[in-house]
Amino acid sequence: MKDDIMKSSGVVIENLNLSFGDTHVLKGVNLNIEAGEFFAFLGPSGSGKSTLLRAIAGFGPTPTGRILIDGEDIAGQPPWKRDVGMVFQSYALWPHMTVRRNVAFGLEERNVPAAEIKLRVNAALEMVGLIDLADRRPSQLSGGQQQRIALARTLVIEPKVLLLDEPLSNLDANLRVQMRRDIRELQQKLKLTTIFVTHDQEEANTTSDRLAVLDDGVIQQVGSPVELYDQPKNLFVANFLGTANVIQGVILENDTGCVFRSDKGFEIALRQKSNGKGSIVFRPQNVQFLKTGTIQKTGTTKFQGIVRHMEFHGNIVRYGVDVGGHLILIDETHQLGINLFDVDTSVQLQVNPKQIMFIQNQ
Amino acid sequence: MKNHAIRTFSSVERGPVIAALLIAIFLLLFLIVPVAQVIYVAFQDPNTGSFTFINFVDFFGNSLFLESFINSFYVASMSVLVASIIAMPLAYFTTRFNFHGALLIQTLGIIPLIMPPFVGAIAMQLLFGANGSINLILDEHVGFTIPFMEGLNGVILVESVHYFPFILINLSAALNNIDRAMEESAQNLGSSGTRLFRRIVFPLAMPGYVAGAALVFIKVFDDLGTPLLLNINNMLAPQAYLRISSIGIADPMGYVISVILVGFSLLSLWISLLALKDKDYATVQKGGGGLMRRDLRTWEKVGCYGVVILILLLVLSPHVGLTLLSFGTVWSFAVMPDGFTFDHYKTVFDTASQYITNTLLYAGIAALLDVIIATSIAYIVWRTKILGRKWLDYGATAALAVPGVVLGIGYLRTYHSFDVPIINEPLASWWVIIVIAMTIRRLPYALRACVAAIQQISVMLEEAAENLGATKGRTVWRIVVPLMSGGILAGFVTSFATASVELSATIMLVAKDSDAPLAFGIYEFMQSTSGRGPGAALGIIAVIFVGVGTYISHVIIERSKKLREPNAIIFEGGNT
Repeated sequence: MKDDIMKSSGVVIENLNLSFGDTHVLKGVNLNIEAGEFFAFLGPSGSGKSTLLRAIAGFGPTPTGRILIDGEDIAGQPPWKRDVGMVFQSYALWPHMTVRRNVAFGLEERNVPAAEIKLRVNAALEMVGLIDLADRRPSQLSGGQQQRIALARTLVIEPKVLLLDEPLSNLDANLRVQMRRDIRELQQKLKLTTIFVTHDQEEANTTSDRLAVLDDGVIQQVGSPVELYDQPKNLFVANFLGTANVIQGVILENDTGCVFRSDKGFEIALRQKSNGKGSIVFRPQNVQFLKTGTIQKTGTTKFQGIVRHMEFHGNIVRYGVDVGGHLILIDETHQLGINLFDVDTSVQLQVNPKQIMFIQNQ
Repeated sequence: MKNHAIRTFSSVERGPVIAALLIAIFLLLFLIVPVAQVIYVAFQDPNTGSFTFINFVDFFGNSLFLESFINSFYVASMSVLVASIIAMPLAYFTTRFNFHGALLIQTLGIIPLIMPPFVGAIAMQLLFGANGSINLILDEHVGFTIPFMEGLNGVILVESVHYFPFILINLSAALNNIDRAMEESAQNLGSSGTRLFRRIVFPLAMPGYVAGAALVFIKVFDDLGTPLLLNINNMLAPQAYLRISSIGIADPMGYVISVILVGFSLLSLWISLLALKDKDYATVQKGGGGLMRRDLRTWEKVGCYGVVILILLLVLSPHVGLTLLSFGTVWSFAVMPDGFTFDHYKTVFDTASQYITNTLLYAGIAALLDVIIATSIAYIVWRTKILGRKWLDYGATAALAVPGVVLGIGYLRTYHSFDVPIINEPLASWWVIIVIAMTIRRLPYALRACVAAIQQISVMLEEAAENLGATKGRTVWRIVVPLMSGGILAGFVTSFATASVELSATIMLVAKDSDAPLAFGIYEFMQSTSGRGPGAALGIIAVIFVGVGTYISHVIIERSKKLREPNAIIFEGGNT
């Protein structure tokens, strides 16, 4: 394989529906994935993200709707005609073949001349840095090495689209961080349209250009990681991408501006204009303690609470503070010599209303 | 677009559908129709052809048949009892005590199975018969004899020694699955000794025991070769054979007996299924203490070894006896043969080598057909969505419930007037029918081996191949079959080894001596006193066939297990 840019293709999914028997798994999915984009499907288990990926590869029950690659509808084609390379969660390396034979498989099925197969297999193995292991069996490789071989086996056929099904879930924490950087780097170099399925928001955020959050077979929101984190469209997205404080209540219009009142009577002024019932959402790092001797920051709102629990995480300390009957999570960056609050201490908090989002009930 | 999807679907499934149809036709022609024919004839008036129970009334009105029925039932029940007496202490020693004879007992569980019971029957007579070695010694030293081999006793002894491993294997597995916490909590609540055994251990091990016992019962109930060789004719299977071979295929009694044999087979299979159903008594839990084993005191150890060695001698006696017989010159009214010679083996190779070559050919073809059919069924059932695919599995497995005698009678009745084109010979007397009988009878075992093999293959390995451009057919050829090869090969070897000593169906189907396989040859030789030597030599050859086959299949299974194990994903923290 040439080490340069691959011809990449866009993927368009139109009104895709899919059922396992009576269970409706994918419900009217629409997506437009750009050529050369690194795109992630993020969602909890059972959300349909893997089913969607497998439908693109042609596995599982036949869906209704259209899947277009380069404008061509592939929905009716069998898997072996689609040219979408997939890396499986368990890697699915064939134990009865050597690494070289595994990687050569797809080219052999395409009747590529033997001399060319040899060159391309070597190039693919060089690319993942495992040319020395070409004559080993998959069982003699570590998890990380198996992962790279699976990647090489898929990339060697120069697929139109690369599908990655939770490729990092079987690796340990350190290796996972390393591998996701490597995959991102490779994707950038090849400019290959890549779809990555994961349940880990950190993985999705750090690798992908854009992502789609799925829940219950429905796409909740599509956007860049920052957009989704800062402007979640609903509570599911807000909660799934990081920890969020969510308080249910209603917007009261009054003379001075927009005021939110929670179900338990706790009130706070908001910046944004809104109305109706809904929730305010803010992140634990957006709330600060107002310690004795320090001055309240301009524009922040101050309120009173009692520490209910404290978790030491190392980089941060996470407190649970009872404010008017609501348990609010607060992350304080941990510094050497800082005093921690004990449980049941009465504390003052400050939050900037700019950091508070209001999400209307749907 | 919908049309497009359907079109690709049908082209994908076309190959498996054709295979499924061919297999269905094969099972229909050579299993279902012949057995249905047997049942139909049993309920048919021989003169008018109308439906009747008269044949069954005649059967139970005839004192010989009634006696045969009672004898068969008695022999099968007693064999279960004696086999249990042999198996229970062995199972108990290995699972409850720190007993270092585990390998010995494992060997004990295999040795009998590599020799078909009818092969060892004559040797057992020479060792345990009224004038056999043991009784001669007893008579000389203590002045009395024990009628080990008198009449039905002989059948019971031979069958028990042969079939007790079925109980041993099932019972050991059941006992191995009882967590020590089960017993400890009973002790904690005040139970001990035989009460503990009776109320906790025994009920927990019961399903395994019943499954094994039901299997032994039916194997003995159906067995034809052993009673025939011991010259015991007043049992059901021999009666069926004798009626058909001496009176002819029009005589309804053979069919009535067949229906009774099939009925008892089904009953036994049903009981063993029932025993195991919803009683998954595997109680060993995560972090549990494992088995409750204790050390043996010295005198207990002596006792245990004594029992094990006694059983080992008994289990080895057919092999020892057969070996002596095959090398012995004259062996009559003596503890040991008068002298030793290779003549019997020479006789076998000079005059009876066709039995061996026929067996190699027949069992080879049968085993090949078995693994091809079994692999296809396994793939069709586990990897396709073909309508009614489960019925192929049920159909092939149903052969378990059909005794060899019944299958033989069914073939004779169905195909005696069906002439094979070109050779112009009835199918029922063509050698190919023997191969088909072997194929059908060994298919359930080959099928289980292949199903186990395909269940171990992750579907993802196949999807990965399709994703990289391989069609369904190419995927089967390059991924599925190579990965199943261990199971397929083990299935082939087992089918080959056991088909090579098949007697009960082939004995009905051998039309001429030149077509006969090894098992039939042994039977023929053993009929006359002078033929016993060569018969034993042929028997030793059969034992070597089966023994080597069993060993090879064991090695293959172990090796493919090893090949698979390290394939588990390895977690590694270091850089790669």
